[in-house]
Amino acid sequence: MSASNRKSVLKRILKQLKKYKISVFLTILFALVTVAGTLAVPVFFGQIVDLIVDGGNIDFSSIFRLFIIIAVIIGITCLSQWLMSEINNRITYNVVKDIREESFRNIQRLPLKFIDSHPYGDIVGRAIADVDQFADGLLMGFTQLFTGVLTILGTLVIMLVINWVIALVVVVITPLSLFVARFIASRTYNMFRKTSEVRGEQTAFIDEMIGNLKVVQAFSHEDENLEKFDEINGRLTKVSLKSIFFSSLVNPTTRFINAIVYAMVALAGALMLVFETPLPFAFSVGVLTSLLAYANQYTKPFNEISGVVTELQNAIACAGRIYEIIDEPTEVPDGNDAITLQNVEGNVNFNDVSFSYSSDKKLIENLNIDVNAGQRIAIVGPTGCGKTTLINLLMRFYEPASGVISVDGNDINKVTRKSLRSNYGMVLQDTWLKTGTVRENILMGRPDASDDEMIAAAKAAHSHNFIMQLSDGYDTVIAEDGGNLSQGQKQLLCITRIMLSLPPMLILDEATSSIDTRTEKRIQDAFAKLMSGRTSFIVAHRLSTIQEADLILVMKDGKIIESGTHAELLDRDGFYRKLYNSQFAV
Amino acid sequence: MGKLLKYIKNYKIQSVLAPLFKLLEACFELFVPIIVAAIIDNGVKEGVGAEYIIVACVILVALGLVGLVAAVAAQYFAACAAVGFAKELRHDLFRKMQSLSYSQIDSLGTPRMITRMTSDVNQIQSGVNLVLRLFMRSPFIVFGAMIMAFVIDIYAGTVFAVSIAVLCAIVFTIMLVSIPLYKKSQSKLDKVTTATRETLTGARVLRAFCKEEDEVEEFDRKNVDLKKSQLFVGRISALMNPLTYAVINVAIIVLLYVGAIRVEESILTQGMVVALYNYMSQILIELIKLANLIITVTKSFASAGRIAEILGMQSSLVVRNSKEKIDGDYIQFNNVCVNYGNASMNALDDITFSVAKGQTVGIIGGTGAGKTTLVNLIPHFYDAVSGEVIIDGENVNAIGDESLRSRCGVVPQHAVLFKGTIRENMKWGNEIATDEEIMEAIEKAQAADVISSKENGLDEVVEQDGRNFSGGQRQRLTIARALVKKPEILILDDSASALDYATDANLRSALKHLDYDPTVFIVSQRTSSIRHADKIVVLDAGKIVGIGTHDELLNKCELYREIHYSQYAKEGA
Repeated sequence: MSASNRKSVLKRILKQLKKYKISVFLTILFALVTVAGTLAVPVFFGQIVDLIVDGGNIDFSSIFRLFIIIAVIIGITCLSQWLMSEINNRITYNVVKDIREESFRNIQRLPLKFIDSHPYGDIVGRAIADVDQFADGLLMGFTQLFTGVLTILGTLVIMLVINWVIALVVVVITPLSLFVARFIASRTYNMFRKTSEVRGEQTAFIDEMIGNLKVVQAFSHEDENLEKFDEINGRLTKVSLKSIFFSSLVNPTTRFINAIVYAMVALAGALMLVFETPLPFAFSVGVLTSLLAYANQYTKPFNEISGVVTELQNAIACAGRIYEIIDEPTEVPDGNDAITLQNVEGNVNFNDVSFSYSSDKKLIENLNIDVNAGQRIAIVGPTGCGKTTLINLLMRFYEPASGVISVDGNDINKVTRKSLRSNYGMVLQDTWLKTGTVRENILMGRPDASDDEMIAAAKAAHSHNFIMQLSDGYDTVIAEDGGNLSQGQKQLLCITRIMLSLPPMLILDEATSSIDTRTEKRIQDAFAKLMSGRTSFIVAHRLSTIQEADLILVMKDGKIIESGTHAELLDRDGFYRKLYNSQFAV
Repeated sequence: MGKLLKYIKNYKIQSVLAPLFKLLEACFELFVPIIVAAIIDNGVKEGVGAEYIIVACVILVALGLVGLVAAVAAQYFAACAAVGFAKELRHDLFRKMQSLSYSQIDSLGTPRMITRMTSDVNQIQSGVNLVLRLFMRSPFIVFGAMIMAFVIDIYAGTVFAVSIAVLCAIVFTIMLVSIPLYKKSQSKLDKVTTATRETLTGARVLRAFCKEEDEVEEFDRKNVDLKKSQLFVGRISALMNPLTYAVINVAIIVLLYVGAIRVEESILTQGMVVALYNYMSQILIELIKLANLIITVTKSFASAGRIAEILGMQSSLVVRNSKEKIDGDYIQFNNVCVNYGNASMNALDDITFSVAKGQTVGIIGGTGAGKTTLVNLIPHFYDAVSGEVIIDGENVNAIGDESLRSRCGVVPQHAVLFKGTIRENMKWGNEIATDEEIMEAIEKAQAADVISSKENGLDEVVEQDGRNFSGGQRQRLTIARALVKKPEILILDDSASALDYATDANLRSALKHLDYDPTVFIVSQRTSSIRHADKIVVLDAGKIVGIGTHDELLNKCELYREIHYSQYAKEGA
């Protein structure tokens, strides 16, 4: 990430925090109080130690006075520490919530072109994992950094005030621990990378072999696999031993350096007590005790801070990725003068439509189609000829580069998306169901339908029987992506959805491809009933399913090369005939 | 965890040495406050002299150094033991998984098996590592400090004991309360994740139904729900730091008060009070470490339990040791029933038919009719709950799976190729196949053009899942892989579905003319693929509804006729 880029991301983050500026101010205030309290306590404990010198003449009243002061400081510190974390949590989780809301809203409005061309996992990763990392890294990291720096500075100042000689000793030695930590970290980085490489290799192998275990067993390939597995496993063991060992050296080493600091403070302090120094400050056992406590306290934030810096950089990178999603340009919203389609008859026209997914490869050029209300249009052709693209254009998932598509004479770009889409019923080859009950999925198109209507639709789509066999019938919860249903069952549910909502126009893209031919045949009858009087577009590779279409469009390379009814096209002895006959070759 | 302890056996020495060295390090740390007390009492107040102080400080550094050496040794041994443990565990787990039966694989599911192999094993590895490093050290420092305090003064020791008890109570209560809450908010996060993924995977459908606003509303609800639960658990765990801080400091106040009284009575010295003060500050850090250790250990135990469950599984396949010869046809199904787990309906019900050697059998029926289950019985991938499957006079469960499977060539429904080269994939069928034999099989499988279209021929690299090949290419290569085996029995489970009609026909004719004359089972949804079979078995909902040749079935089997005419509407008309 470039410096200017990082700067603009930082600005965005500040803007995001603006809403919470009072909280941010409060958390900084409480952090100051907490650090001050934590630092003040050892001073008073030192003073008490100085009062406990010899038996017989201990000044208990002074000690009690100090106890009360300390108790008050402890109380204030605890309270402000708790308030600080509470406010921090509030800021963090609210910002996380805000960002997720913003990104989800934007995703709803992103053009399908963007969604189709980006892996889902990537976008989900940004909205979930990156946001979490950002929150942890930036907000938690920031407070850690802030209190850490404050503690270091405060300790330094107090030590300087108490005894600058000893303070100097501490200041000179401590950076050592930083260097050592850095040194080890840079060494282990390579080992960790190597480890995750080998681990990735092993996971891929496990994925492959366990995922296809049935094939492995069918070919009795278990021994060979185990051999290969052991080989990778051996390598993994070697590299992970190294990386685990070396990375675990950080703590003992810094502990050792702390021990040196501690010894030096003890040495310098004790010597100063023995030889009355000419230096102009009072020194006592109590002061030495406080100094030793500070020496302990001083080195800790250093170790934390060195970790926080990388975390902060990471957090900014995460934030950058999230803002890419939030700032991704959305579809142009419906214009103010957009028409709401009503009482659609179903005349659909393509007028000189051109379209391509990428500018260097033309797909559809100057396409003209006229469909009259109630006609049944079948689209056939080899893979990649543009069948699915036509559907994308009809539904306005994508917009043509030039030309006009109109419904009942209205340019669909001047119609509200909502009214356009709700007039189409769509069943795709790629069946998609929402996590939720069967009922919720069927009612998607008509949430107000009654149970009787729903069951009638399910019967028409031949899904009622299998739904009743599910554990909770219509209330069975479907796992993500219909995990517990077969492909064919999912397709039947998608068909049921349409049977219930009964829109004036239909789009069926390989709608029955996963259903066995016998059930398909029965559904065809239901479809036939459904399609009568409705303009419908059908894509299918089984040609038997489209023979009754009013118009068959044969597409190849984005163009319509033949069109006509089944009989006409067979007579013409062209591409369609070839396609049709190939399925009867024996 | 108990069952997994045997994996540490080979690392006994390391797993004893690691905590021992840690203990050593802790001992040296506990000496530090005593020495500081000596510096104050003897060096400073008694005026023994600068030399004494210098020696004492050198000892402090020396203790640190020895501690460092001990710690390094401990870390090394702990890492050795943990890594070695994980290695052997992974080996055994992988071996065990490979030995499971199809029905066990089905019920476990691939994602679960992969999680066991990866994240669960890793969790245990870090658990072992951490336990070896900390289970001695942290309690030792905490209780060591307490014992030292008791040695110095019994009243001071009591203060320690009480404050440790209070600290433990606070730390563990907060942990106990917050861990389930964290789990809860994790599951809420999962819901938010699912909602995000779904809105992407279902973008077309959701937009087609104009559900964008509903989606946002639902997401907001889940999102706020997540925030609330995170805030709640955050509030509780935010208590940890202030409370422990307060307890430690109040304990110090009490300690100093007790100390003052004891010094007043000349029982304690100033230096000793300082030492007590120092011990008290050591406790907190170690106690927090101990709490974290317990969290990690609990997680490891959960992982260990899940792994032990798999390691404890025995392949559910029945293996009998009978040499009894059964007369009759080459392959016989006698009243075979199959039931998957606890399903109320049999997946296959009372299946009886027989096949002569060298015959071709077609299996046809709708989705879920039991076609795949039927052919999977032949290589004994599943057990029949009743009835018997007999091959060449022997029950399949008595032949021995490895030798039985070496006689069968299976082409599964899902065309899988493995990472490697085409040649390596082909050799799965026969380790010692020559290039000529491989090419012959490939030609028979109608895949010669796949090889010739690739720059490197048989050495062409196959990516994971064979994703650099098209569906049809993969299918033909998996058929070739089975043919390399020159199997006695060839099973094609709907494995020509992605082939066009002409290629499918050529393939069938090539299979007919194989010189080793295998018995062939073809599962298909298309009547065109099986119409020339010697025998066609028609299945419906796990039952045979017709057996015969194409022409016979057209005459007598209603279902077969229906399937056929749904694909060839014109002929039927």
